[in-house]
Amino acid sequence: MALIELSGIERRFLLGDTTVNALAGLNLQIEAGEYVAVMGPSGSGKSTLLNLLGLLDRPNEGTYKLEGRDVTTLSPDEQATVRSTRIGFVFQSFHLVPRLTAAENIALPMTLAGISPAERNKRVAQALKDFGLDQRADHKPDQLSGGQRQRVAIARATIMQPALILADEPTGNLDRHTGEEVVNLLEALNARGVTLIVVTHDPGMGARARRQLVMEDGRLKSDSRTDDISILGKISG
Amino acid sequence: MRLTDTLRFARDAATGYPMRTTLSVLAMSIGVAAVVILTALGDGARRYVVGQFSSLGTNLVIVLPGRSGTGGFNPANAITTTPRDLTIDDAGSLRRLPTVRRVAPLAVGTSEIAFGGKLREVMVAGSTADFIPIRNFTIAQGVGLPEEDWNRGSSVAVIGAKIRDEMFGANPAIGQLVRVGDRRLRVVGVLASTGQGLGMNTDELVIVPVSLAQAMFNSNTLFRILVEANSRDAIEGAKDQAMTAIKQRHRGEEDVTVITQDAVLATFDKLLGALTLAVAGIAAISLAVAGILVMNVMLVAVTQRTGEIGLLKALGATARTIRLAFLAEAAMLSAVGALVGYLLGQLGAFALRQFFPVFPAYPPDWAVIAGLSTALATGLIFGVMPARRAARLDPVQALMKH
Repeated sequence: MALIELSGIERRFLLGDTTVNALAGLNLQIEAGEYVAVMGPSGSGKSTLLNLLGLLDRPNEGTYKLEGRDVTTLSPDEQATVRSTRIGFVFQSFHLVPRLTAAENIALPMTLAGISPAERNKRVAQALKDFGLDQRADHKPDQLSGGQRQRVAIARATIMQPALILADEPTGNLDRHTGEEVVNLLEALNARGVTLIVVTHDPGMGARARRQLVMEDGRLKSDSRTDDISILGKISG
Repeated sequence: MRLTDTLRFARDAATGYPMRTTLSVLAMSIGVAAVVILTALGDGARRYVVGQFSSLGTNLVIVLPGRSGTGGFNPANAITTTPRDLTIDDAGSLRRLPTVRRVAPLAVGTSEIAFGGKLREVMVAGSTADFIPIRNFTIAQGVGLPEEDWNRGSSVAVIGAKIRDEMFGANPAIGQLVRVGDRRLRVVGVLASTGQGLGMNTDELVIVPVSLAQAMFNSNTLFRILVEANSRDAIEGAKDQAMTAIKQRHRGEEDVTVITQDAVLATFDKLLGALTLAVAGIAAISLAVAGILVMNVMLVAVTQRTGEIGLLKALGATARTIRLAFLAEAAMLSAVGALVGYLLGQLGAFALRQFFPVFPAYPPDWAVIAGLSTALATGLIFGVMPARRAARLDPVQALMKH
């Protein structure tokens, strides 16, 4: 069973009088533990796809099965529970809550989920250690460097031990060196079995993924895996 | 989200925007303070007036000459056109009523008092020994009027504090002979100074036996009969009995009016109570305004924190969690505002009491409770709309605004 199964996904937006097909006829399967890069020019539907996968957005048509369960028909609150337990987000601009300390930001998903303070403190301490942030626990985001901020964001995304991490241009606001660090962190998580989907403009970063999806005008232009499979088919056929 | 976490989150959110928070807390506190201070003023006025009336004497029933109601034509009216005077004997007859403790007839007029070449105009009250206790006057020096036959007044007088000061200065007044009108009277007592109050100012009063006053003013009639009932419960009985007794003596004609101090007091009490309510109502408008301000502030907060709301949703917050967080913040703003306002109001009332010690400016409990609960309720009610708006935000749109 694939972790993600999209079939016949359509997502249309109304811009003025014209309807824009952000996603059209999208079929996609992603297995658990995969490392996928989604690439393509601006407006190709990358972000829409990511929002859809993160249950922040609903398709107009088609079904989305996450871990074999149709999640498109869930109520908003049920979707929130799925986001809380199964999905972690990493954003380009970090999206940390400025008035909360690094530790509090990391603990936020657990706080929202109603996990007891004792358990929270235990997990946050571990996460701070894992991400090299022990000395920064009580710092507010504006006292942290870009790389530290993104590490806090990644720690936050993983604190609920999700099956899937969605990263939207995770290195977009970082210099090359810190960007490299962050990618290494994400890849380390993937190596431990977490499915990683990264939206990126950066071809270098995209190339590091084991599978590349290229989007254009809301359609999948190329998928390195199906290419492999079709090649495989050609070979075997 | 746990309750304590929701509250902490709301608190941090509120303190994260100090200016906005301070302003809305200030608005709410001014509203509550207005309720507290204005009701303290209104209720203070009520207590002041009630207190003044109570000091006129307790359980008082007053008989006045003349009818209060309008009657139709009856044969009795045709025979006697003018009402009968109230006489000393009328007053004497009331002494035998079972519900009555004390009776004091009262005749008043103005006259002159002279001593040692000094002359001044005074108010003369003719009454009996019980007058002073019924009216709660206190004697500073000497004694009151003697107990004696009401129709045979001895030549004595009790004078007010101001008259004593002006006529005698530093010299002793007790035992001196003064001239009041055409009589020579011996001063037997001096009243304690009471200052200005409702009713009669006793500082410029001369009290003489009632028959003496009547002779002085050449009249048989009384101005009032003051009756003190045995107890508060006996007031109504005393009123009816006094009316019946006088009516009997006046050949069945109801030509007097009997009022109770209680009734007068109740009227004032009601009147000023209504005034306090009205003032509280006006102050409550400022609470409503403060509530709307809290709503405004919370709407601004929702707009300001759109990105944050989107993030919370992405991190798995349900609509309910977000609604509760914003509602808790609104409730906190109004609760703190209400508390600060309560303290400010009590401080203001305290200041009022310091500046006007005679004025009992205490806010009534009901106003404090109503003010505080209105503040909390408006905060919550006006917090609902922004909270719902926050909860309904589309996470994708909200995240893009970050």
